[in-house]
Amino acid sequence: MKDTVEIRWHGRGGQGAKTAALLLADVAFNTGKYVQGFPEYGPERMGAPITAYNRISEKKIRVHSNICDPDYVVVVDETLLESVDVTAGLNPEGAIIVNTPKNADEIRPHLKGYEGKVYTIDAYRISVAALGKYFPNSPMLAAIVAISGVIDRATFLKEMEASYKHKFAKKPEVIEGNMNALKMVLQEL
Amino acid sequence: MATDISKITEKSPWQDLTEGNKIFAGGTSKYFHTGEWRTNTPVLDKEKCTQCLLCTPVCPDSCIPVKNGEREDFDLDHCKGCGICASACPFNAISMKEGK
Amino acid sequence: MAIRERLSGNEAVSFAIKQINPDVMPAFPITPSTEIPQYVSAYIANGECDTEFIPVESEHSSMSATIGASAAGARALTATSSCGLALMWEELYVAASNRLPVVLALVNRALSGPININCDHSDSMGARDSGWIQIYAENNQEAYDNFVQAYRISEHKDVMLPVMICQDGFITSHAVENIELLEDDVVKNFVGEYEPENYLLNSETPMAVGPYAVSNYYMESKKAQTEAMKNAKQVILDVANEFAGISGRQYGFFEEYRLEDAEYAIVMIGSAAGTTKDAIDYLREKGKKVGLLKIRVFRPFPEKEIAQALKNTKAVAILDRAESFNAHGGPLGSEVTQALFNAKCTMEVRNYIYGLGGRDFRVEDASNVYSELEALITEGKEIENYKYIGLRSED
Repeated sequence: MKDTVEIRWHGRGGQGAKTAALLLADVAFNTGKYVQGFPEYGPERMGAPITAYNRISEKKIRVHSNICDPDYVVVVDETLLESVDVTAGLNPEGAIIVNTPKNADEIRPHLKGYEGKVYTIDAYRISVAALGKYFPNSPMLAAIVAISGVIDRATFLKEMEASYKHKFAKKPEVIEGNMNALKMVLQEL
Repeated sequence: MATDISKITEKSPWQDLTEGNKIFAGGTSKYFHTGEWRTNTPVLDKEKCTQCLLCTPVCPDSCIPVKNGEREDFDLDHCKGCGICASACPFNAISMKEGK
Repeated sequence: MAIRERLSGNEAVSFAIKQINPDVMPAFPITPSTEIPQYVSAYIANGECDTEFIPVESEHSSMSATIGASAAGARALTATSSCGLALMWEELYVAASNRLPVVLALVNRALSGPININCDHSDSMGARDSGWIQIYAENNQEAYDNFVQAYRISEHKDVMLPVMICQDGFITSHAVENIELLEDDVVKNFVGEYEPENYLLNSETPMAVGPYAVSNYYMESKKAQTEAMKNAKQVILDVANEFAGISGRQYGFFEEYRLEDAEYAIVMIGSAAGTTKDAIDYLREKGKKVGLLKIRVFRPFPEKEIAQALKNTKAVAILDRAESFNAHGGPLGSEVTQALFNAKCTMEVRNYIYGLGGRDFRVEDASNVYSELEALITEGKEIENYKYIGLRSED
């Protein structure tokens, strides 16, 4: 694995792509890595396409530019495939993960000739099954961890449980559901 | 840093100014005799004055001192001779004379 | 023991504010600095610090109230960005000329227009002649460290000038990165209690602040102010050395990165310097002698020290993240060129404008600048004196 793994998130304002990027930075930080998690800001609001980024490294990170040649791309909203060039600069040795009920072969024609690996995850189905509500964040986070291997799976689950216990201290009933969502994704990928 | 500002004049070198030109004393305006600017001088006719005290609050330079409920004569060290008191007096007890 | 954390630049500065626990913080929100008063308000609400927070109706008022609080004897601060700083303009000069040691957490953002919320340095560069000390950061760590040092500089009796602690809007203010925090008591001991010698609420010594100065006094008071700015140089270095003792992190007027034997140098300010360091490491592996001078302290301007650090280079590129519309370069370009001229340096100098309104500056952009400098020297290739990086153009 090269020194720094670069990940680009595509989502819509309000879907939590930024939060997912910050959560990934948190988890990677807790495993002792150097991290960056940052959104690309503009006047966008709820529903507008947004981009967020992660760099995860064994070394101190000094670069402060956006990520133009990512190793991985996560698409939190399938409808973005038509309007945003999500595979721009994407490393063919890397992968793209798309939140969709379709399979990879159905998605590939929409990826402008991208030749690397394509993964799909049905975050809606998983989220509703595990949580009873649609929060694509946790499933997509588990998907990027599973595919990229930036954090080993057991450590990821341990860190996420600690993080949820902290975050949902006042509503512990949702912790199990979130953990189940993560585990379902890890089993599928 | 608190400096005796009476020692600072328009001839003082920059090193002698206070930091940020702060003034370390209260009520220093009384040392500045604006009365020197006066070209007309108010004169009080004590016969006509009823001690109504309408002149005192209109003076922009607080030059009409009041003691025991009665006004005293003008503070000519600071009176600029604006004549507002003369206009305000309902009893024509204040007149403006030319010069200091 | 240092605390290993991950925070955004805004969180880092807010954390420093909480640790210092200043007396008064008036503030008005503006992107991208809004989070700073937000976080500090939360700290206050949670009882983690007891700063008096004053919500005001504009930045004109936030700086006015900061000045008033400082004149009254409080350790005061505010935070802002872009047009918020512009609305403070009049008060910036008042704070400096009244010699009030206030601190401003500035999150750099482009000035209108066109209206834009992203990073460049046009806000603080416009305020460069207001009499404030200006210290810039490359990342969240430096923003935190600079803020911890700010009051020690501003409140020093030889200085007594306001300090602006600047970081790049969004690029560092909203990016979560690793950081090493100092423990609360270490910060508190370092910064110390504020004990002003004179202040308005001291009934023992009545005083007046901000009197009118007729022509016979005005130039003398400006000279006194500029001497304080000169004095700030030594104080900034002394405070930095003491800070190194508690943190292990050494700061100066600027950082030299692989500059010692460099033939080609970039001079720049802020977050893009980190990006340039990666370009330097890449080019050094290919045998190119390239280096960086990253300005930390822009006011006072370390003229002689910069010229000394650059004197052995063959070509220097000065990268400005602000226009000055003098039609021949940016503000950093003007000042560095003057420094080199005064030191009788004769290397080639080029001025580039980059990153306006949040335009991305990438490793390749820095590499291209070094390539141009090399081509200028080795091939005699003509390179414009004043050039935009990453600009779309028909030619």
